[in-house]
Amino acid sequence: MDLGTLLTSSLTDTLDVSLPHFRPELALAGTIVLVLMCRMLPVLRWLDSGLVAIGGVGFALWYAWADLRGLAGGFAMDAVASSTGSMELFGGLLVYDALTAYIRFLLCGFLVLYIVFTKVSGIPDREDGADFYTLVLGASLGMCLMASANHLLMLFMAVEMASVPSYALAGLLKGRKASSEAALKYAVYGAGAAGVMLYGISLLAGVLGTCHLPSMAAELGRIVGEGADTGSISVLALGGLMLTAGLAFKLSAVPFHFWCPDVFEGAAAEVGAFLSVASKAAAVALAVRVAFSLGWLADATGPTAAGLADVRHFTVYVVGVMAAVTCTLGNLAAYGQTNMKRLLAYSTIAHAGYLMMGVAAAVAMLGDDPTGCRMAVTALAFYLGTYVFMNLGAFAIVAVLRNRLRSEEIASYAGLVRSSPGLVVAAAAVLVSLIGLPPLAGFVSKFLVFSAIVDAISKGAERPLMLALLVVGGVNTVVSLFYYLNVLKVMTFDPPPDDRVAVASPVWLPGALVTAVVVPVVVLGIFWSGLYAVAQVAGTFAS
Amino acid sequence: MNPADALTQPALWPLTTIVFLPALVAAVLALPIISKAREELIRWVALATTVVVFVLSLWMAWPTLFGSVGPAQFEMGKAGMQGVVSLPWIPAFGIEYFLGVDGISMPLVVLTTFLSVLACAASWPITKHVKAYHVLFLLLETGMLGVFVSLDFFLFYVFWEVMLLPMYFLIGIWGGPRREYAAIKFFLYTLLGSVLMLIAVLMLYFTSDLRMLSPEQLAAAYATIPATAVAGQPVHTFNLLALAELGQLPASPFAAAQVWGMSLEVWAFLLLLIGFVIKVPVVPVHTWLPDAHVEAPTPISMILAGVLLKLGGYGILRICYPICPGAGLSLAWLVCGLGVVSMVYGAFAALAQKDFKRMVAYSSVSHMGYVMLGLGVWSAVAGTGFNPDYWAQGVNGAMFQMLAHGISSAGMFFMVGVLYDRVHHRNLEEFGGIFARMPVYSGLAIAVFFAGLGLPGLCGFIGEVLVTLSAWNYSRSLAVVSAFTVILTAAYILWAIQRVYLGPEYKGPHGDHLTPMTGRELAIATPLVFLAILFGVAPQLIFNYVTPTVNAQVQTLAEWTRDVGGRVAEPVAGGPSPVDVTAAR
Repeated sequence: MDLGTLLTSSLTDTLDVSLPHFRPELALAGTIVLVLMCRMLPVLRWLDSGLVAIGGVGFALWYAWADLRGLAGGFAMDAVASSTGSMELFGGLLVYDALTAYIRFLLCGFLVLYIVFTKVSGIPDREDGADFYTLVLGASLGMCLMASANHLLMLFMAVEMASVPSYALAGLLKGRKASSEAALKYAVYGAGAAGVMLYGISLLAGVLGTCHLPSMAAELGRIVGEGADTGSISVLALGGLMLTAGLAFKLSAVPFHFWCPDVFEGAAAEVGAFLSVASKAAAVALAVRVAFSLGWLADATGPTAAGLADVRHFTVYVVGVMAAVTCTLGNLAAYGQTNMKRLLAYSTIAHAGYLMMGVAAAVAMLGDDPTGCRMAVTALAFYLGTYVFMNLGAFAIVAVLRNRLRSEEIASYAGLVRSSPGLVVAAAAVLVSLIGLPPLAGFVSKFLVFSAIVDAISKGAERPLMLALLVVGGVNTVVSLFYYLNVLKVMTFDPPPDDRVAVASPVWLPGALVTAVVVPVVVLGIFWSGLYAVAQVAGTFAS
Repeated sequence: MNPADALTQPALWPLTTIVFLPALVAAVLALPIISKAREELIRWVALATTVVVFVLSLWMAWPTLFGSVGPAQFEMGKAGMQGVVSLPWIPAFGIEYFLGVDGISMPLVVLTTFLSVLACAASWPITKHVKAYHVLFLLLETGMLGVFVSLDFFLFYVFWEVMLLPMYFLIGIWGGPRREYAAIKFFLYTLLGSVLMLIAVLMLYFTSDLRMLSPEQLAAAYATIPATAVAGQPVHTFNLLALAELGQLPASPFAAAQVWGMSLEVWAFLLLLIGFVIKVPVVPVHTWLPDAHVEAPTPISMILAGVLLKLGGYGILRICYPICPGAGLSLAWLVCGLGVVSMVYGAFAALAQKDFKRMVAYSSVSHMGYVMLGLGVWSAVAGTGFNPDYWAQGVNGAMFQMLAHGISSAGMFFMVGVLYDRVHHRNLEEFGGIFARMPVYSGLAIAVFFAGLGLPGLCGFIGEVLVTLSAWNYSRSLAVVSAFTVILTAAYILWAIQRVYLGPEYKGPHGDHLTPMTGRELAIATPLVFLAILFGVAPQLIFNYVTPTVNAQVQTLAEWTRDVGGRVAEPVAGGPSPVDVTAAR
């Protein structure tokens, strides 16, 4: 093949195949440029960067929705029972399938709500707006790529692209020492994690001779399956663990969670909302992607298939044990918190644990039980969908209360029910949903994840671990009750302090925002067939 | 069934209204347009709602009273589900909006709506945050009624949990001095039980398979295999009736599956039992109850004792036994033993109390022990020729005891509340001479306490005597112990009556506040006393509802014991089951 044909074929591939499936990312990239232009060109100064951003994200959301619809064929129940297939883009660097489409849609949808939220809550101010939205959109672009990475180099770049703007976002409140400290901690910790992950990638690539995930899986299966070369296997295990460390950092899984409470406490509530929702969704998608790509090949036979089964077994135990520890530690550490944002940080860590339990269940059933595996991925997709509303709602309430009370300490919320009953009802809905009680969305999510685990148990996939996870998950649900309820207790039972100086602030706009975010938490707890049908599309990627 | 047909199911609107009208009114009351200051209006709206729901439930339960017999109304003397409503809710999981009533749930529904009216009327002295109180109260009513009419396990669980949060706030905001502790303790205990229940629900769901049922069994359970079911894949179900059919199959999938060396049936039974007995409550998981009862305001104590405790017994009868009969048979000793232990422990603890309300709370523990014993006496075994009569007597007695206790305990808590509203203390040592100061009240109160004691001619007697008699055929020692507990019961109640109502003069503070009962209080107390006497002299009023269904269920389970149960009693050693722990990688 000469250079000319190569160029032509790659050009056709890029223009005709890859770019049409890359429209949401293109829209995001275009928006970033436009927002920057608004800042630089005097002609465009009058334009509000938030409005520009929301317009651009609107386009991205539209494209993402169109992609998802195209895959689902109109969300008929029987249509999603079969696989929707996948397609490699840009020469195998990215992959386009149902999971990509779903996560992109989720991220874009979240961004629209999120930008509205930041406009209402007043951080960033107009001066910082362009910087802020550029960073947010840049990080989101990285997260979209995380969801579709099909190559370890792409994976690394996507993770960094999502992380680096996040470091800057954490330091957004320039005047506050805590904010700068948070940014520095986050950056140093992130750099360390990135280094470890890159080292792990180089180990894997060195042994397997490629960074393309499906090709790696074939080679991995062969080496593990033949089992002759113990040296290679230990290097592979080490590389895999290092790669896991990088992913665990993004997931804020124990023991790579230390940045999370400090960053959430130091940074503005708005930044916390972004990190806890968007970052989490992309990280879970990436974890699923890597575990599935490295653990299973449709056409594997003989020793390769057996080797891949061993790889899955290894993955399930790593993810499962980490999930149990993360969940337990997050819930226990949340007990002692007096700062609401710090409490939500530990709550985020605990929920990462529940999500990872779902990942473990999905990987456990991968290959042997396509139906169960699809259901587990559906559960994760559904969980992420409801998590958008739950955590955005929680942080929106924190931001609204910060604007009103000038405080984020839980103690300062005492007796709030007397002055703002509506907000307390919203907080109750969100926090109880985070506990996972019906009839709220959080219950359905937890129900689905537990379903996936029980399904794995009843199919006999990784039974001892899954039983342990079920017990740990159940105990943690009870444990988590106390600290979430404590916030509600302070808001309702305790008498309001005498010296409260509530800053007069408009009520209806924040009220409308909180309502808009919290109503889905209730509605999705009762009528969840719709979101479940959409999540099932994401589930089809697993077959 | 296509959706258009489904909407014409006769019981759809009556049952839906009974369950959701309180929640709907609560939502309307919660709107900002209702000013917090209009307390009288809110009280009357809430009371009117509970009355409407009560009348509607009475209309369903007692058609002759209304002169018309419609298809949605309850036909007495008929076993099995009536007024079944089945609408698809979450098709992906086969979850349905599946309601129905039978002889077990119908009386409990009426008890709930009736006590809600009385408790709402008893809420007039509540002056703090009246609006929020009534919103939460009505939400609680929806939760309780929903549990009794749900036939879908998922729906059941949702309603079960819906009760928790309103109850937490009702105790925590309007309660006594240690309300926060009591509220969180109640919540933690119940949530622990619920999580265990959720695990059992999921285990049963994923082991169930509708394809194992014959068309007749499917029809009996109102279950259909959906057209979208994939061939060769199991069709899981949350349908409680279908799960019961599956659990009673000779080749029950729940008995076949193994987890950690025990059959899934046993696990599910134990997990569900823990969830339910926390609510009953039995010793040793009863400790939330004295705290919650003592700290809760009077109307909430009435609801707690009158209805919430019954949910546990109802759950055991409706879910544990029919779905896991094998485990029920082999663990009958556990259920009976827990019952007798709570009976005796509760009675002794009640004897030791200095706080009037705490004494009443422990009497609930003791009385609910009879319910457990009655439910558990599985005497239909080979030794008795699989005779279901004694067990049926026990279960009927337990059902009667639940309903009677609903009336007597609610009455006792109300009577304590009437005194507390006047003198603001509950110390048994600082009463005395109330009879002279408040003769009408004391007469009514003593009648209610005698009903709780189990005096013949009052409602408490029938349940206790039936349970004790039925226990004789199961285990003589248990029967003897439960018979002797009656003496303890008499001791603590008579002693309390003596210390509070009799004696020469009132010894405590605020003696000048001992005014006669108001008209509102009389209107609450009189129906309770009336029913306590009525059910004592005419127990068939309740048995007409309960017996056909209970006897049919016991008969079915007795036949099951004869045909299938033998293998459970003497488990076959060895033989790997289809799904075993050892099969895991």
